Amino acid sequence: MAADPIHQFEITKLFTIGHIGGQEIAFTNSSAYMFLSVAVISLLMLGTGRQLIPGRMQSVAELSYEFVASTIRSTAGSEGMKFFPLIFSLFMFIMISNFIGIIPYTFTVSSHLIVTVALALVVFFTVLFYGLYKNGLKFFKIFVPSGVPIAILPLVMFIEVLSFFLRPVSHSVRLFANMLAGHIALKVFASFIGMLGALGFLGWAGAVLPLGLTMALTALELLVAFLQAYVFAILTCIYLNDALHPGH
Amino acid sequence: MATTAHTAADGGHKAPFPPFQKDTFASQLVSLLVAFVALYLIVSRIALPRVGKTIEDRQAAIEGDLAAAQKLKDESDNALKAYESELAAARSRAQAIGAETREKLNAASEAERKALEDKLSVKLAEAEKTIASTRETAMSNVRGIAAEAATAIVQRLTGVAPDGKAVASAVDASLKG
Repeated sequence: MAADPIHQFEITKLFTIGHIGGQEIAFTNSSAYMFLSVAVISLLMLGTGRQLIPGRMQSVAELSYEFVASTIRSTAGSEGMKFFPLIFSLFMFIMISNFIGIIPYTFTVSSHLIVTVALALVVFFTVLFYGLYKNGLKFFKIFVPSGVPIAILPLVMFIEVLSFFLRPVSHSVRLFANMLAGHIALKVFASFIGMLGALGFLGWAGAVLPLGLTMALTALELLVAFLQAYVFAILTCIYLNDALHPGH
Repeated sequence: MATTAHTAADGGHKAPFPPFQKDTFASQLVSLLVAFVALYLIVSRIALPRVGKTIEDRQAAIEGDLAAAQKLKDESDNALKAYESELAAARSRAQAIGAETREKLNAASEAERKALEDKLSVKLAEAEKTIASTRETAMSNVRGIAAEAATAIVQRLTGVAPDGKAVASAVDASLKG
């Protein structure tokens, strides 16, 4: 079991909540980690002081606030601040759940495609509905780049439409695949330590290599955890920028 | 996917790969919906306004402090300017008072000097008058003595007392000559 790198992604039912149309709705380990992430974010953002000179935790809270705010302003303009709560929630939820997932024996929420797809679709429909609501039919200008010769315009439009509808796919798969691959690699190298360690003294000496690699990978995964949350957030900003300012 | 095959080979009857187990999707979606909506509400209603307010307050406090410092600096500058102008005014006033006093003293001493000079010149004139009268007296005495001496000399030489009038005119003539 310990050597199985897939085991960490298994969903285990903790208790059943109810049924919707014959489908069992259970409170799972995934649910627990989702709520844990929400609790950690709430604690970070609400449990810290409001001093004029901030302490460490208050600094972290204010840094996250200003980081997300400046990301939105630089990519979607100041009108994008309408979506500040959404982007902040997405960024913090993904980042904190990823950070929690790095702790051994925990579960990584975003290593499940259904979760990342759901988040990506939230963004996709927000962009679609807000773009149509704000700009009406002008919103479809995002499919018609200006300055393109009329001859190849249909082809360009086809590509633009296709890429628009493929956005949620790349948006979600990027996060999911990164987390999944990273955690599998981490688990594989970590299990080498145990396997080699069981071989006696020579194995112990040999296990130093995977141990070092595991540590390096853990550091890398910390970076990836933040980076993927940032990429998800900044792509959300870029997509929302289309809804706010259609036409390239 | 290689890992999927590996798991399947291990477990045999086990479901292929956890992220693709469709029967867990509904549970995850419901949990995600509840968790994310809760997070969104907490973030949008409480957390972001709270942190934003803290940052705004800090900005306002810093700006207020800077403005207060600028105001105090202006005040001290003004006070310094006022002090300097007052000092200059006081200095010029002191100079004026000094000059006035000097002038007054000069005038007084001048007047005193003049009075003294006048007094002295009056005294001098008096003295000159006294000298002149004394000389006159002395000169008239000289005439009398000269006449007497001439009368006596003539009497001794001739044995005859000369005429007083002739002696007087002779003395006058020699005195003039």
